[in-house]
Amino acid sequence: MKKTLFDKVWDAHVVETVPDGPQILYIDQHLIHEVTSPQAFAELDERGIPLARPDRTVATADHNVPTIDQHLTIKDALSRKQVEMLTQNCTKRGVTLYGLGHQYQGIVHVMAPELGITQPGMTMVCGDSHTSTHGAFGTIAFGIGTSQVAQVFASQCLLLNKPKKMRITVNGRLNDNVLPKDVILYIIARLGTNSGTGYFVEYAGEVFENMTMEGRMTVCNMSIEMGARGGMIAPDATTFAYVKGREFAPKGEKWQKKVAHWQTLPTDDGAEFDMEHEFDAADILPMITYGTNPGMGIKINGRIPEMNDASFDKALQYMGLEKGQSLINHPINYVFIGSCTNSRIEDFRMAASQIKGKQKAKNVTALIVPGSQQVAKQIKEEGLQEVFEEAGFEIRQSGCSACLGMNEDKIPAGEYCVSTSNRNFEGRQGPGARTFLASPLVAALTAVEGKIVDVTEMELV
Amino acid sequence: MEKFKTLTSRAVPLPIENVDTDQIIPARFLKATHKIGFGENLFRDWRYQKDGTPNKKFVLNDATYEGSILVAGENFGCGSSREHAAWALADYGFKVVVSSYFADIFRGNALNNGILPIKIDEEKLQRLLKHISENPNATLHIDLENQRLALGDIGLDERFDIDAYKKMCLINGYDDIDFLISKKDVIKTFEAQNH
Ligand code: SF4
Repeated sequence: MKKTLFDKVWDAHVVETVPDGPQILYIDQHLIHEVTSPQAFAELDERGIPLARPDRTVATADHNVPTIDQHLTIKDALSRKQVEMLTQNCTKRGVTLYGLGHQYQGIVHVMAPELGITQPGMTMVCGDSHTSTHGAFGTIAFGIGTSQVAQVFASQCLLLNKPKKMRITVNGRLNDNVLPKDVILYIIARLGTNSGTGYFVEYAGEVFENMTMEGRMTVCNMSIEMGARGGMIAPDATTFAYVKGREFAPKGEKWQKKVAHWQTLPTDDGAEFDMEHEFDAADILPMITYGTNPGMGIKINGRIPEMNDASFDKALQYMGLEKGQSLINHPINYVFIGSCTNSRIEDFRMAASQIKGKQKAKNVTALIVPGSQQVAKQIKEEGLQEVFEEAGFEIRQSGCSACLGMNEDKIPAGEYCVSTSNRNFEGRQGPGARTFLASPLVAALTAVEGKIVDVTEMELV
Repeated sequence: MEKFKTLTSRAVPLPIENVDTDQIIPARFLKATHKIGFGENLFRDWRYQKDGTPNKKFVLNDATYEGSILVAGENFGCGSSREHAAWALADYGFKVVVSSYFADIFRGNALNNGILPIKIDEEKLQRLLKHISENPNATLHIDLENQRLALGDIGLDERFDIDAYKKMCLINGYDDIDFLISKKDVIKTFEAQNH
């Protein structure tokens, strides 16, 4: 039978099918963080059972950590307790932890790929919905709830019903100034935030084939924003080149064997999907969102649609925007470049290239939050730090930061923020905060201009 | 997990649609490291006014209504996947939620925490909501074995769907962890062959 990439990886991990019930899926790699793991560890304690595979579990502290003075004790008592619990639990259960101050600490979805923990053909889970990021490697990766974290702890398996399969194909050549973030914002705007419910997505076509791994991660990261469990891209030479030589990547003969296996994973010609969508790269322009879900996006030089719907009105009211309005020249006081969607070195290179020799606008507070300590180090080594600092940007230490506003990094009520993160929900970046999601390019130029600018036809430096 | 076979209880009406998990338990309460205690903050921003005093108009603050069954409008549990929403409902004492549609992840989380989500069609849900709102003493009867939800007063006796495996789990007070642990040997064999 002809199989899709998703089928091949899924089927290879089915331990057993429960009659009239779900399948037992084996999980190769489990990533954990401080917010969704404590209750799962407690579950092991209450039942008096061991952690099945500490060697397949890796932890980091990212969601709830400060991005200033990470070497000091965390000020917020509850956050401190969560982070301390993670340390205690990992020590007790023999789990590798890249905690605060560790050279590998970072947002879980930035840390694992850059260490070569994420590899093609794997099944990976984490108690965080943006685990879909790792699908960029041809991995089945998805977010799970805390009970499921406990299931994986207890058995290294999950009970699941196999999702349906969707393929999204984008062929052609991307327009100038269109980044991977624009591609995924475009797809979500076209399909809607519920279009992926019940599906696992495969992104196919020239646009994704020509993307870097960082770009593919940005795309897969936001699969969940159309409701899909996850998204994946077939592994190819780009994938192998990225993984090769990384800390936990297979080496020597093992590497050869793995690559030979990974090459068998792409979808067979003629394999069937439950749903297919196709788009033309030429139709995609730089994007920005205007509302309170990631599907409420427009081409940056477009206008907010005129729709008559109560929830649409409510969203615009929250955002303080009008139907039919253009966002160009809209004043912005906050810019956030970070989050598991866009906090990799490529994103900061892009931002820095546009900022170099310029100053941020006076009204703007611009935050640069690297996805990991490793990215932070690269920012320094490549001289990007000076570029940002000279332009008046604030460089923080790594973590989720203003993506979810769980720590002190919040956008004040009523303020507008152009953010490279993935969710523009009401209050996501802080109570009353108003978020415009966009690419690092749009974010960087907004910081310089103090307002949203049309990057569509700009000649970039 | 507690075993669940039948339940006879009064019900609390919540005729609001699209109740998302941020309303069930706001994000600022997610810093806790235990599952218990979330009930206190269930529907926090509806239950309490900005100054922290109870909002008398909200149904949970209305002593007329009581019971371990919550009857809510369509699309209950949408939004963030936080399992804290299910913990909050369970901790508060709800054992059943009735609605005409449940968000996928919430339904799974509920079942994993011993809460039975019962889906009935919209027209019947409206009748049910109306009746319990007007007759706070009405009692519902739920029979999981036979998959039935009944409210004699209005001649309601509905069959509801539940996945056979999940039903077995609830009836035996089993959860996925117990089940997976019982499969230890099969999993070991799989590991040995594949990894
Ligand atoms: S950066 Fe944001 S979306 Fe990503 S893992 Fe952290 S909180 Fe979640």
